[in-house]
Amino acid sequence: MAAVPETLDTVQSVTQSGYKWGFSTDIEMDLAPKGLNEDTIRLISARKQEPDWLLEWRLKAFAAWQTMTEPHWAKVHHAPIDYQDLHYYAAPKKKPGPRSLDEVDPELLAMYEKLGIPLKERAILAGVEGAGDERPQVAVDAVFDSVSVATTFRESLAKVGVIFCPISEAVRDHPDLVRQYLGSVVPVGDNYFAALNSAVFTDGSFAFIPKGVRCPMELSTYFRINARNTGQFERTLIIAEAGSHVSYLEGCTAPQRDENQLHAAVVELVAMDDATIKYSTVQNWYPGDAEGRGGIYNFVTKRGVCRGARSKISWTQVETGSAITWKYPSCILQGDDSVGEFYSVAVTTNRQQADTGTKMIHIGRNTSSTIVSKGISAGRSDNTYRGLVRIMPRAHGARNHTQCDSLLIGDQCGAHTVPYIESRNRSAKLEHEATTSKIADDQLFYCRQRGLSEEDAVNLIVNGFCKEVLKELPMEFAVEAQKLLAVSLEGSVG
Amino acid sequence: MSTRTKPPAPLEAVAGAFLARYEARPEHDATRARAAALFRAGGLPSPREEPWHYTTLRPLADAVFDAPPADPAPLLALLPDIAAARLIFAHGRFRADLSVLPTGITVRTGAPAWGRLARPAIEKLVALNTMLAEDGAEIEVAEGVDAGTLILASLATGGAFHPRHAIRLGRGARLTLLEVNIGTGAYLNNPVFSVSVADDANLTHLRIQTEAPDAFHLSTLYAEVGAHGTYDSFLLSLGGRLARMEVHARLAGEKSAAHLNAAQLLGGSQHADFTTVVTHDAPSTTSRQTVKNVLTGRSRGVFQGKIEVSRGAQKTDGYQMNQALLLSGEAEIDSKPQLEIYADDVKCSHGATVGELDPDQLFYLRSRGVPEAEARSLLVRAFLDEALDPITHDAARETMEGMIATWWEQQTP
Repeated sequence: MAAVPETLDTVQSVTQSGYKWGFSTDIEMDLAPKGLNEDTIRLISARKQEPDWLLEWRLKAFAAWQTMTEPHWAKVHHAPIDYQDLHYYAAPKKKPGPRSLDEVDPELLAMYEKLGIPLKERAILAGVEGAGDERPQVAVDAVFDSVSVATTFRESLAKVGVIFCPISEAVRDHPDLVRQYLGSVVPVGDNYFAALNSAVFTDGSFAFIPKGVRCPMELSTYFRINARNTGQFERTLIIAEAGSHVSYLEGCTAPQRDENQLHAAVVELVAMDDATIKYSTVQNWYPGDAEGRGGIYNFVTKRGVCRGARSKISWTQVETGSAITWKYPSCILQGDDSVGEFYSVAVTTNRQQADTGTKMIHIGRNTSSTIVSKGISAGRSDNTYRGLVRIMPRAHGARNHTQCDSLLIGDQCGAHTVPYIESRNRSAKLEHEATTSKIADDQLFYCRQRGLSEEDAVNLIVNGFCKEVLKELPMEFAVEAQKLLAVSLEGSVG
Repeated sequence: MSTRTKPPAPLEAVAGAFLARYEARPEHDATRARAAALFRAGGLPSPREEPWHYTTLRPLADAVFDAPPADPAPLLALLPDIAAARLIFAHGRFRADLSVLPTGITVRTGAPAWGRLARPAIEKLVALNTMLAEDGAEIEVAEGVDAGTLILASLATGGAFHPRHAIRLGRGARLTLLEVNIGTGAYLNNPVFSVSVADDANLTHLRIQTEAPDAFHLSTLYAEVGAHGTYDSFLLSLGGRLARMEVHARLAGEKSAAHLNAAQLLGGSQHADFTTVVTHDAPSTTSRQTVKNVLTGRSRGVFQGKIEVSRGAQKTDGYQMNQALLLSGEAEIDSKPQLEIYADDVKCSHGATVGELDPDQLFYLRSRGVPEAEARSLLVRAFLDEALDPITHDAARETMEGMIATWWEQQTP
């Protein structure tokens, strides 16, 4: 475990307790009036100068949403959400779509600097200082409340044919692509929150990797909710054509506020023959305070379809934020020999609630999937893994392995595992394992005996517990994720 | 706008028929009336309810149970050949003439033994049972008595019946209860059991469900175990067109234990569902479950197993293993193992595997001269062994192994 001393340094370097991303930025905002009706949707569509087909698509989603009821099957509890008490559009006042970084509001640049996401084309995500000159490049799309404020490295990406831009821009510049794929993985009426998102989504990222291209750098989107009383509804669409490869990272934070804010995103991934999409998330929305006041309701639909043979979609998530998380990144394994992966670490403390997991739907022959989920509950939180593995009758030779482990820290929290395993093909092979335990006394004793404080010992053991998942993250993110784990669990020991 | 009322959904019609039967009863005491009100409001379970996600009672709507019950005596020949006292119920009614009463055990029959654990407000089939129960056995083993083996058998040839049994073991008492369900024709057997095992007591409950191919078997069992007590059960589920065996076991006393092992062997278009909830409500309690499914034909097997650990139930040790062998292209297994944990110093785990017979193992046996059919049979038996192993009652185990062998012969043309 070579990473250990570094990890401990990182842990020690985070001296600030609590949520350090909780500042808010004063930026003049263009807000839509509160409330949700057809006029709101027309207004959003008009502000974004959208074509008619998209407005119709939104209205269709809205009509579907009105007939649906909020789902309550997840193991989470919250006060009813007043959907009419939200702003559905919030954008920094400035002409939309700055031509270059020089045109971006300096306030905004300063905010991203503070978050450790410098929007300059030399830099990378914070966390790995001194990594030498060979720093990997990362293209960043920064989404601030409802709009994308900047996208870096677009030209170098364009040279190899990769399109990476805000989805609103893609609607304008690549309407055929968007129209072909938008809603093809998560249909407008898929579920309550997806329907809501389809009706009112404001921005998000769009990536298209053409045939045979290996995307030369990591793509990443950084989401920030800033305005008060807004909901954030972003939409991400990634298309990997045959033989292409892309790794995409997503990060998110929000200011510290006493009221709850709603975040209902939809992410759609499409992988054609031999294509690979790797999607990594570090979710760090404001989790609310120790008494459970405030925090983000993170109700997200993420789904990828392995449409082509031998395609692969891999989800990795580190979930430390949000008051409530409701999220099941899924893979539809349609192409023969396609592969789905889900690696997750979910940490809940204080009064956080997380109900998260995945769905692996095996349709094609010889499809295989791997699920590794690590849940850590502390404080008075509840942490649920909920997952589905379904083998359809034609999925000959399908294979799944699932490993779900839960770690409990303290006797006032809850850890739950709810897997659904369905097989309709005899040649399919499925294995599922789940364990729940606390940090063993002998492990703690071993560390304490060697001079580690109890808190450092717990961090060390937690990092070890999560290692299988963290090693799947791109390096910059892995470091950030380790720091986050340490900060999240601060004060939950003893 | 037309004001025509929608024709009732099929299951509502079935529920209506049960209610009509209740209305036709000569008397409506308070217990039944409360259950009837619950049943009238809630009806039968539907797949929209999470605990019934994988099992629909829809086939009940097409079933006819009105054949006049025939003489059940010939069915006695099918009972396991075990020398023990026997309580025989035919069509849900106690038959003293066919029974051999035990010594050292108090048995009361002639009225439903309500017990105190059933929850008609939560389990809809228990509301149905409570509303229509006519008879049942109240079995009581006094403190410190080792009562040996008792057979509790249900025989049927038709009709719908709802027996209600209560079993109570005093402190330090012991009993092996062999429950057998057999019959011919089409019928519905909807028993409810309330089992309390006092401190230091030990109940071994061996259950054989070999109902007739057209029968429905829907049973609900509640068990509560006191300190250092054990509820040790094994279920062999072979019969019925649709079977649902639901068990709620609560470990109420310190260091109590529950074993809920099962083997479900299904063929044709059978559907069987084994649903368990083990609640660890006291410190240092243990639960063990090994559940094996062997599925052929177009059958569908369901296993739902939930381990709940209450706040304060520290040092809980819960383990559950659920495995399925799919032997045909059209069989289906649905499995939902579940952990719900509110205490931190616990050791809980579950595992599930699904697959066909291992080709390597088959090859190994074939290459040593074992014919394919025999090799397959050997491997299936070996697969089931783990669930059967904990059975210490030799005669009962032999009987069950015989039933498994017969079943296997019927499956292989």
